[in-house]
Amino acid sequence: MNEVAGSGWDTLADVVSVVALLGGSFLVLAAGVGALRFPDLLARMHAGTKPQVLGLILVLVGLGLRLRSGAAVWALVLVAVFGLLTAPVAAHMVGRAGYRTGKVRNDLLVADELTRDLREARTRDEV
Amino acid sequence: MIWVVACATMIAVGATFAIVRAERGPSMLDRTIALDITVTAVIAGFALYAAVQRRTDVVPVLVVLSLVGFVGSVTIARFAAVEPEGEGRVRTREEVAAEEAERRAAEEAELRPGPAPEEHHGGPAEGEVR
Repeated sequence: MNEVAGSGWDTLADVVSVVALLGGSFLVLAAGVGALRFPDLLARMHAGTKPQVLGLILVLVGLGLRLRSGAAVWALVLVAVFGLLTAPVAAHMVGRAGYRTGKVRNDLLVADELTRDLREARTRDEV
Repeated sequence: MIWVVACATMIAVGATFAIVRAERGPSMLDRTIALDITVTAVIAGFALYAAVQRRTDVVPVLVVLSLVGFVGSVTIARFAAVEPEGEGRVRTREEVAAEEAERRAAEEAELRPGPAPEEHHGGPAEGEVR
């Protein structure tokens, strides 16, 4: 009885891990398509963040559910935490450098608060 | 095991598209993002391999890869500079050859005997009154 229940849980974990791995792989594919097709830097950053956060976590959940060992799962948690900590830092630096070197296309932006604020600050300085 | 093939195909195609974007550019930052996606695809590939083989010893590789990708993109973004139009493009063989010939011609013109150009030694001293 106990054995049957155990194998049932194992099967469930395997099925969930396959679904998570498929989802994570699909997000990697989506990021590749987005990086190739999108027109400017910010849009490509938007596409690239998908596998770096949600896709990575899905893949790691899938892997953890298949490995089912304590040490490996903690290392995977570490990878996920690194991903969550480093993705915003890298995105901030790339976005800032992109804006300063003129890689941001203004005609594609719906709202551009940074340019507006910079202009306001400049006029305030001049007064 | 068809899901393994499906996952591997999606990861491989995504990584290929990202590499194509890294080749096209047009700027260094676009390449950084594309290579970030490539590193993530590699991580996903390793995770898929570990999951299929149920191997625990591959997990440290994931930790290392997740840190390496971050350091690379931050370093490039820190030193991003304004590039002239078309500068970030990968040049073709003919363009490289033309540039090389131009550079060599300039060097030979410099080595040719005759009156040395002003900026080299032998010219009058800067600010000299004659």
